[in-house]
Amino acid sequence: MLEFRNVTFQYDVEDFNIIDELSFHVEAGEFVSIIGASGCGKSTIFRLVNQLLPMKSGEILVNGHSILGQKSYCGYMPQRDLLFPWRTVGENLRLPLEIRGGFTKDKMNERVQTALSHVGLAGCEHKAPSELSGGMRQRAAFARTVLTDSQLLLLDEPFSALDFLTRISMQEWLLGQWETDRPTILFITHDVEEALFLSGRVLVVEETPIRRLTSIEVPAGYPRTRACLADPKMIALRERLIDMLRKEGPV
Amino acid sequence: MKQRCKNGLPALILLFVLLLGWQMGAMQMNAAYILPSPIQILQRLWELRVPLFTAHLPATMSVTAIGLAISIVFGLALAVLMDAKPGVQRALYPIVIASQTIPTTALAPLFVLWFGYSIWSKVLVTVLITFFPITITVYDGLQSVKVEMVELLTTFGANKWDVFLKLKLPATLPYFFSALKMAIPMSIIGAAIGEWLGAQSGLGYFSRRMLTQLDGAGVFAPIVLLSVIAMLIVGLIAVVEKKVIRWRGDL
Repeated sequence: MLEFRNVTFQYDVEDFNIIDELSFHVEAGEFVSIIGASGCGKSTIFRLVNQLLPMKSGEILVNGHSILGQKSYCGYMPQRDLLFPWRTVGENLRLPLEIRGGFTKDKMNERVQTALSHVGLAGCEHKAPSELSGGMRQRAAFARTVLTDSQLLLLDEPFSALDFLTRISMQEWLLGQWETDRPTILFITHDVEEALFLSGRVLVVEETPIRRLTSIEVPAGYPRTRACLADPKMIALRERLIDMLRKEGPV
Repeated sequence: MKQRCKNGLPALILLFVLLLGWQMGAMQMNAAYILPSPIQILQRLWELRVPLFTAHLPATMSVTAIGLAISIVFGLALAVLMDAKPGVQRALYPIVIASQTIPTTALAPLFVLWFGYSIWSKVLVTVLITFFPITITVYDGLQSVKVEMVELLTTFGANKWDVFLKLKLPATLPYFFSALKMAIPMSIIGAAIGEWLGAQSGLGYFSRRMLTQLDGAGVFAPIVLLSVIAMLIVGLIAVVEKKVIRWRGDL
């Protein structure tokens, strides 16, 4: 689904490659988390995939083709929901459809309504974003990401700004969404527990510059509940991951 | 509504006290050609109502309207251009700022020399005074758009035009209204200054004529009229703004 081949990237203001000859791949339908300390360059990987940043060398493939020249191959959900306050929730969800073009008004409304009821926000179409709670806003933002119609979803710490209880219920909710539709999800987080609970595989950023990502399978199947986090194997892995991340030291 | 009356009460009381002080001071002084009392001014306004409302108010208002219209078109175009082309911004911005250090009032007699007593010398003063707040405020509004929001639209496949239409335009509306509320009183002042310096009609001209006749109340009457009109128009704009923008502060 997604493949990095010797990708190198350097920020103009830095004198080293923050991503250096990085290769990894993600299979279709996988739920993969990328974890790393803050400032390690995790988000840079996303920004290369969605072409907000141009790579220096190497190749990124989605569905076997280079991303250069491809359009709407990935849906990106940033940390903050970024719902436009002057648009209603429904109108916000229509944005990706409006920009892609080629939809009639009825078709757009129909798709928005389906997407909203899919994320449990049926009836919120005409509400202003400010009328929604933090968790509801994130679900609306997720629905907007899904409406890009891409099979590859890039979620950049989508729940990090939520309070603890909302966060864990949003994690369960996201897992449910993934289990029904099986999109490929690449999920950035610095929360080890969140990564373990959600993903089938964890990619660890151990060093900056990023030369490789250490891939670790999560020893738990789907469907899963939070109880799996109490499993001794999971606890051991959690400790190991925390150690790996701390080795890097404060950034 | 009740709440609003309550909020306005302290200001009204203060205004009343100030007017009372003025009235008593003026009565004490008893020299209406230097300091007319508020009641004398209102009396004069009533006596002069026919020439003021039929000849001079329309003249001033047409200067204001034409000048404001030119400023809005010119200011918006300049703001959009500076936002779209950083090169233009670097060339124009310092000049626009520097142009504000030129005392327009001191130049106005020159405009009378160029355009005679026609409406255009007054319109030019008005434009020179008002285009600046419109340009700068709207430009700041365009610049205040969040980079993350632009990026989000870019990942949806948006081009520059989409970003302008769907993000910059609505996000700048509150700034535009602020600019308008600033520009309207200034445009009226500009028109009055222009008329004061050289005209055959208009409230500024009328006020000056009264001065030559040592009619203190007659000097004040058209000025009171101008202030009231400016307040009414700004109030109207504020009402429209409230209707159009329900999301101020949510961004």
